[in-house]
Amino acid sequence: MGMSAKKKVGRFCYHLFIGGFGLLMIYPVLWMIIGSFKNNNDIMNHSANFLPTLGWHMENWANGWKGYSGYSFGTFFTNSLIVAGIATLATVISSSMVAYALARIKFKGRKIWFSCMLATLMLPGQVIMIPQYMIYNSINAVGTFVPLVLPHFFGQAFFIYQMMQFCQGIPRELDEAAFVDGCSKYRIYSRIILPLLKPSIVTTLIIQFYWKWDDYMGPLIYLSRPATWTASLALKNFADSSGQSDYGAMFAMATLSLIPVFLIFLIFNRYLVEGISSTGLKG
Amino acid sequence: MKKKANAALAAQPKTFKQRMQSDNAVGYVFAAPFIIGFICLTIFPMGLSLYYSLTNYNFVHADFIGLNNYVRMFTGDSRFWYSLWRTFLYVILAVPLKLIFALLVAFFLTRNTKIASLYRAVYYLPSLVGGSVAVALVWKQMFARKGMINGILGAIGIDRLNWLGDKNLVLFPLALLTVWQFGSSMIIFAAGLKEIPTSYYEAAEIDGASSVQRFFKITLPCLSPVILYNLVMQTITGFMVFTQAAIITQGGPADATNFIAYYIYTQGFKYFDMGYGSAISWVMLVVIAIVTLIIFKTSKKWVFYEAGNDD
Repeated sequence: MGMSAKKKVGRFCYHLFIGGFGLLMIYPVLWMIIGSFKNNNDIMNHSANFLPTLGWHMENWANGWKGYSGYSFGTFFTNSLIVAGIATLATVISSSMVAYALARIKFKGRKIWFSCMLATLMLPGQVIMIPQYMIYNSINAVGTFVPLVLPHFFGQAFFIYQMMQFCQGIPRELDEAAFVDGCSKYRIYSRIILPLLKPSIVTTLIIQFYWKWDDYMGPLIYLSRPATWTASLALKNFADSSGQSDYGAMFAMATLSLIPVFLIFLIFNRYLVEGISSTGLKG
Repeated sequence: MKKKANAALAAQPKTFKQRMQSDNAVGYVFAAPFIIGFICLTIFPMGLSLYYSLTNYNFVHADFIGLNNYVRMFTGDSRFWYSLWRTFLYVILAVPLKLIFALLVAFFLTRNTKIASLYRAVYYLPSLVGGSVAVALVWKQMFARKGMINGILGAIGIDRLNWLGDKNLVLFPLALLTVWQFGSSMIIFAAGLKEIPTSYYEAAEIDGASSVQRFFKITLPCLSPVILYNLVMQTITGFMVFTQAAIITQGGPADATNFIAYYIYTQGFKYFDMGYGSAISWVMLVVIAIVTLIIFKTSKKWVFYEAGNDD
């Protein structure tokens, strides 16, 4: 009896600690969402309060939506969707191709290319930031979405590596049997490997999409005309220009910019967790 | 010998098609995207960047000036040294804390209950949103003079702190934003914890080992390869910190958050001193390579690989 009471107290403390800490973790996000309904006075002078002290202000959302220099956030969200959408699809196709080659085909130089892929995995992007800009500038691509999406057509090391790990789990007997039956290695990719890679592809879709959606440095360097801004860049410039005078509207648009990410999180939570554990492990 | 020749002769009209079926052809067709990208968008720019670092390239002209950029960096630019120092401080502050949190929380959430997976999801959420501009702006507001943190401190009778304006304090809010995103490392640790055979723990329990002993004698050694992976990846990302410095502090106050990546950006795209920016990029690459190498070298002392698991 005493033992089970002790166990109950222990379990209660466990949930109190883990749950309380969890609440603390997501508090900034909740605070941002609630903040999108507060007016400036509220945000500045009652900053310790969680709920609005001076009423709920829905107009923040309408004010924020108006956007910046004549372009509404509708434009910026469309731009973000185009960039993140193209980049994500390109990443999935190119990375799965490269992963198939490196994991399954014994071609000359495979080991060298595999090492190159691992090296790019660890290469800090800033090292090639300036020359890449020069290259895009020389083909007149600065100011367009090309520099933001083009690299994704050549495979992304992180996802190639993840898909290779996943390929290792697909029984080789499957491709061998298909090969004996006269299926070419091209068809093995499209008929056998690609369908079986599905869980890995879903993970790639999710992670690449939100990485690209959140990206700030790329748009900052390449996009200068407001008509081309992505949501993240627009949000920053919006905050600089009107953030000081209208925190509520800034919070409203900040919340809005995270909604696609929240949705992904709610729908694909399981895939995300599995994907990350399979990438990280065995590495 | 003759048979082979005959077969080759018979197959002559189909050579191209057949050649395309060889492993070499298939391999290069599928690997082509990576190979083209690697050469055009990684190796070529790296070479170009190395060349620019030996010039005074500024968008208009590029005169070869030898090692002058490097001489200037090492002897004449105190901002560069300060930037390197502050980046190191930031990495040393943020990365170990992040990994400790990730490991502890993963350890406490190993049970496979529904509620544990809910907690895991809650702890993971910050990793998903933490890199965004939106959260950086929220952070800026939280740690502002009249922000939420000071509001709460004030409510419990502590003086306001100038979090983002004091160079002795400013690294804490920024490091906290990084530590806050411990979720993805946590998930990798959690997967690693699952791989440790329960028989190890059972044996230790029979031998009378306490739970603390079990953590240090079984969990940590078994997990050490995963710790190494997380440490290397997080250190590299730590050195590349950019968004936080660009949005929350703009490198300030008094260059206290002028991290290397931000410094390269300002040299290249604000002052258009792209030759000098390229030179700093290369020094950054070498610094990160050295740090990574040191981690790998020391790892031989603390990473344990199970026998027979060496593929």
